[in-house]
Amino acid sequence: MISYLASRLLQTIATLVVMSVLVFVGLYMVGNPVDALLSSSATPAERIAVIHAFGLDRPIWDQYALFVWKALHGNLGNSFVYGQPALRLILARMPATLELAFGALLLALLIGIPLGIRAGLRPEGLVSKSIMTFSILGFSLPTFWIGLMMVLVFSVELGWLPSSGRGQTVELLGVPVSFLTRDGLAHLLLPALNLALYKISLVIRLTRAGVMEVSQLDYVRFARAKGLTEGRILRVHVLKNTLIPLITVIGLEFGAVIAFAVVTETIFAWPGMGKLIVDAIGVLDRPVILAYLLLTVVMFSVINLIVDILYAIVDPRVRLAGGA
Amino acid sequence: MGQPGRSADAAPDAAPGASPGAAARAPLLGMLTALLRNRLALAGFVIVGLLVLGALLAPLVAPQNPYDLSKLNFMDGRLPPGSMSTDGSVYLLGTDDQGRDMLSAILYGLRTSLLVGVASAAIALVIGAAAGLVSAYAGGRTDAVLMRVVDIQLSFPSILIALILLAVLGQGVSKIILALVVTQWAYYARTVRGSALVESRRAYVDAARSMALSDRRIIFRHILPNCLPPLIVVATMRVAYAIMLEATLSFLGIGLPVTQPSLGLLIANGFAYLMSGNYWISVFPGVTLLLLIVGINLIGDALRDILNPRREG
Repeated sequence: MISYLASRLLQTIATLVVMSVLVFVGLYMVGNPVDALLSSSATPAERIAVIHAFGLDRPIWDQYALFVWKALHGNLGNSFVYGQPALRLILARMPATLELAFGALLLALLIGIPLGIRAGLRPEGLVSKSIMTFSILGFSLPTFWIGLMMVLVFSVELGWLPSSGRGQTVELLGVPVSFLTRDGLAHLLLPALNLALYKISLVIRLTRAGVMEVSQLDYVRFARAKGLTEGRILRVHVLKNTLIPLITVIGLEFGAVIAFAVVTETIFAWPGMGKLIVDAIGVLDRPVILAYLLLTVVMFSVINLIVDILYAIVDPRVRLAGGA
Repeated sequence: MGQPGRSADAAPDAAPGASPGAAARAPLLGMLTALLRNRLALAGFVIVGLLVLGALLAPLVAPQNPYDLSKLNFMDGRLPPGSMSTDGSVYLLGTDDQGRDMLSAILYGLRTSLLVGVASAAIALVIGAAAGLVSAYAGGRTDAVLMRVVDIQLSFPSILIALILLAVLGQGVSKIILALVVTQWAYYARTVRGSALVESRRAYVDAARSMALSDRRIIFRHILPNCLPPLIVVATMRVAYAIMLEATLSFLGIGLPVTQPSLGLLIANGFAYLMSGNYWISVFPGVTLLLLIVGINLIGDALRDILNPRREG
C-alpha cells in the first residue's frame, strides 16, 4: 500500500511539474504582454520601465525559477490588469464558482435520481422512453446553447428569472453566498440548472441502469416474496445498492463541473473564476492565467489522487497491479 | 481509472475468414447495410448529408459572400427573417448587426465548423490508433507508459485541456485543430488498444506469425482492419464532440479569429442582441449546430447498437 501511495504521489507531482513548465513556456512563446499593458502612445522609456517592473527582461528560466519559488510561497504574481495578487483574485472568485458547482450537483441528484428510478422501474413505458430521450438530448446538446435558450425563454420572453450576476449576497462564515437570499436564489437557479443538465442525464442513466440491474437480483426477489411493500423494497434494498456507484461517479464529476462552469459563468455573467480566466485569456493577463491553471491542475490532481487511493483501499487488485 | 480491454482478453474466439482483406470488408459492409435499414440512422444521414452539401456548395448557393465587406449594407443591419434588402432580395433568416445575410453566414460558418471537427478527428484518429496499436502489440513497459499518459490525460476534462492550450497558443484554425487533436487522441488510443489486444490473441494472428510475416504487416493488414468497427463508432461520436467543443471555445472567444467565424462564433455574436429581442442572429446558427450534432449522434448511436446489439438506450 505504501509503495502504491508513493508511486501515485510521485506521479501527481510529476504531472504538476510538467503542466507548469508547459503552460509557463507556452505563455512566453506567444503574445507580448507589454503590448497589452501599454497604450500605443507610450514612450520607449515607459516601455522599458514596464518590462523591468514585471521582470520580463530576465532570461526565461530565471523567470520560471522565480515563479516556482514564489508559487511555493503562495505568491503567483500580480495581475497585469487588476494590479492585485493573482492568487487572491482567483480565491476571491472561488466561492461563487463552488456555489454554482454544488448547486448544479445538487440539482443533478434531485432531478436525476427520481427520473432514473422511474425509467428503471418500468423501462418500456412511454414516460420512461421520454425520460431517456431527454437524457440523450442532455448529453448531445451543447451546454452553452441550452444556456442561451434559457436566457431567451425565462429571462427575455417570460421575465421570470434574472439572467446575470449573483444577486443579493449575504456573508456566511465570512464568504459571500447567494443561496440564502430570495434574490440570490433566483439568480442561482438558471445557471445552476444549465450547468446541471449534462450531469442530470448522467445521473438518470446511472440510476436507471442500477435500478434495472439490482431489481433482478435474488435478494430483491426474496424481499418481494417476503411480502414487503414495493416502496420499502425500493428504498431499502434497491436504492442503497444503486447509490454507491452513483456517488463515486458524482465525486469524480465534480472537477468537470468546475471546468465547465467557465461556459455557464460567461453566459450568465456569474462572477466566478471561470469568467475571470476567460477575460484573462482575452487580454493575456499571464499571472492570472498561470494561477488559474495551476490551481485547477492541483485541484484535479488532488481529486484524482484521493479517488485512486479510495479505489486502492476498496479494491486490493488496484494496488497490486500498480504499486509493484 | 479502469483498464479497458483487460476483461475482454480472454475471449476464446476462433479465427474468422482466412483472408484478412475479406475479414475486414465483411464487418464494414454488414455495418453499412444494417445502418441504412435503421430509420433513425437514415434520418441522421439525411440531416448530415444536407448540411455537408450546403457547406461544400456554400460559394454557389449562399445568397451573399459574408466575408466580402463591400457587399454588406449597414442599412440592412438586424433585419428580422424574411425582410427585403435595400436591393430587393429577401433575407430568409434575417441579418446580423452589420447587415450580413444570416443564411450565408451560417453556410460559411458550417464550413469552418465541419473543417475543424473532421480534420481534428481524423488527425486524432491516426495518432490515437497508432498509439493504441503500438501499446497493444508491444505490451510491457511501452504499454504501461502509454496507457498511464492516456489515463492522466483523460482524468482532466477536455475543455480544460483545450482552454490551457489555446491560452498558450492563441487563436487560429490550425491552433484550435491542434488543441482538439490533443484533447481527443487518448480516446482513440484507448479504444484501439482494447480491440487490438483482443484481436492479437486470435488464431489468425498466430497463423500470420507462423507464416513469418513482418510485425508491420501483421499490425496493419491483419489487426488494424479488425479494430475498425469500434473505432468508427468512437470516431463518429468524437466528430460531434469536436464540433461542439470548438463551438463552445469559439463562443467563449478563445477559439477562432473573428475573420473566419464558425457556428459558435456566430452564436456568440448574436448573444449580445438576444436581450433586445433580435433572437435570429443567435438562434439560427444554434439550430444548425444542433441539427449537425444530433444528426451525427443518430448515426453514431445506430452504429453502436449494430455492433453491440445487447446494449440499449
